[in-house]
Amino acid sequence: MSETVLESPKETRYLLDPAARRSRMIRRTVLLAVGLIATFLLPWMIYPPVAMDIAAWALFAISVDLLLGYTGLLSFGHAAFWGSSAYVTGLIAIKSGLPFPVAILGGMLAAMIIAVPIGWLSVRRAGIYFAMVTLAFAQMIYFVANQWKDVTGGENGLQGVPSNFFGIKLVESDSFYFYYVAVLLIILGAWAAWRIVHSPFGRVLQSIRDNPARARALGYDVEKYKLAAFVLSAGLAGLAGGVFAISHGFVSLQELDWTTSGKVVLMTVIGGMGTLWGGPVGAALIVLLEDALATSGFDGIGIITGSIFIVVVLLFRRGIWGTATLLIEKARKAIVSRKRS
Amino acid sequence: MGGISVHPLETQENRDMEDFIQYTVQGLSAGGFYALAALGLAVIFGALGVVNFAHGACYMLGAVGAAVLLGTFNINFWAALVIIPLLMFGFGVLIERLLIQWLLRLDILYNFLLTFGLALLLVDLVKREYGVSGLPYEVPPGLEGLVTIGSVSIQKYQLFVFAFSVVICLAVWLLLTRTRVGMIVRAATEEPERTRALGINVGRWVTPIFGFGIALAGLAGVLAAPFRAITASMGSNFIIVLFAIVVIGGLGSILGAVVAGFLVGLVEAYGQAYAPSFSQLVIFILMAIVILVRPAGLFGRRQEAV
Repeated sequence: MSETVLESPKETRYLLDPAARRSRMIRRTVLLAVGLIATFLLPWMIYPPVAMDIAAWALFAISVDLLLGYTGLLSFGHAAFWGSSAYVTGLIAIKSGLPFPVAILGGMLAAMIIAVPIGWLSVRRAGIYFAMVTLAFAQMIYFVANQWKDVTGGENGLQGVPSNFFGIKLVESDSFYFYYVAVLLIILGAWAAWRIVHSPFGRVLQSIRDNPARARALGYDVEKYKLAAFVLSAGLAGLAGGVFAISHGFVSLQELDWTTSGKVVLMTVIGGMGTLWGGPVGAALIVLLEDALATSGFDGIGIITGSIFIVVVLLFRRGIWGTATLLIEKARKAIVSRKRS
Repeated sequence: MGGISVHPLETQENRDMEDFIQYTVQGLSAGGFYALAALGLAVIFGALGVVNFAHGACYMLGAVGAAVLLGTFNINFWAALVIIPLLMFGFGVLIERLLIQWLLRLDILYNFLLTFGLALLLVDLVKREYGVSGLPYEVPPGLEGLVTIGSVSIQKYQLFVFAFSVVICLAVWLLLTRTRVGMIVRAATEEPERTRALGINVGRWVTPIFGFGIALAGLAGVLAAPFRAITASMGSNFIIVLFAIVVIGGLGSILGAVVAGFLVGLVEAYGQAYAPSFSQLVIFILMAIVILVRPAGLFGRRQEAV
């Protein structure tokens, strides 16, 4: 019974109405198909390393959305997981020469391990405190990486991260083919996020977001659920960070910097939080914008992204994806009501 | 030489003590910037419920402003100490009217995000205008050099920063606790509805308080100008430390902001002196301990922790 109590009214509509369920099924399949086609066409349309950047940032943004949009926690320190995974992935790849998916898996695990103590401390605070505390802990990781020069290379970073892949030269040296292998990891991560959000566990997270007191009263250990969401999210951020490290062939302190945490929050909010699709849209927009500005020689990216962000927060808080779905929904309702009359 | 070597141990101890006093003064002067800026952050949070991410950028604007006043208009430090806070007050009022006010009724995170965007914008604007290398600024005449108290030599400017920030913090404290304006502000912070019911226009006070908080950040920037590198990104690390300070002190607490500001300044200075590789880490470890032991912060009230 408690499961149905937690369902939002929208869900009960799908539960009771098979027609609505069918149309949602169709909608989801079409979206998935469009998303996958776009993912596979991307390196044909733009420079493959930029396509890879978009994919990595997209998963990073999804990981932030898992917390922000579905658990109601704004993490401003996710660079800690993206960056530490990038370093661990790079180190494994350099020292052992293992195939890159294995190195990335190692980086992802490292990010999740780091997330346990940080999350355990951070989930004790909610709302704005959570944002500030995660920010501060991420900065702590940054200082550790900066000081631990023997391992991380300090200011120089890690150079020459190989992308070994079972000796298949095409993948190892051509960024076009590399994309198609690495993007599978990203899709796997995005699929995991989708599964998490639509599982009973994900429902509990959303109930915590909407009404933590009620979730607690229903017997859910809110802190434990938040911590689990935090660690899972860190794992996805780590997966994305590992792919990013291999794709670039080097890791710098920038990956751990708080501006990286800020950038991914920016992407998530611009794309639309609580939508899962919003993150990739925001990531594509910001990466392409930065790429275009860099090639045109404009050196004030923050002026543009900062202004866009201010406008989105002021006027389009649903983000691009959220605003678009709202408009489509409105148009659909208008058409239906006109047909009836 | 002969005289000193008679009691080598004692001299060493004395020297350690002198060093310790020097680090303490250094920490207290750094704490002065932190306390002033954190005070601004706390006042804004108290009255508006806004955590201003652009506070570090405003601190940077204060320092850059002082450098520009000196470099372009030949206006000295003492005048800048008055002019910059006034300009920043105006800037704060403008920002509150143009941007902040529209999101005050929504979740607190929206204004946090908005001011983050603002920080990006301000930092890159300054970077474009003045480049990434530091702007020059000198210690104002009369405050250069050392002052010797007993056998300890201390930089005059550091003493000045400490004394000045203590005076300002006290003045703000008196303003908030001993005047009618302060009473209104505190009442509006604690119980806006009841204050309104008593016939006080709470909305009218919100804008000047925001401006005031920004002015404090600008003031901290002017004080920092003579001995910090003045760059567009000088506020980026500063804001993180400020956040740690308000978490340690308790976000709603004005006293907490000031005490934690000086505390963090001291911790940082001792860290730099005795454990250079860990100086920055110590602050965050301190923060972690406070979260574990007193989640609401040293001076915070329980209900504000959630």
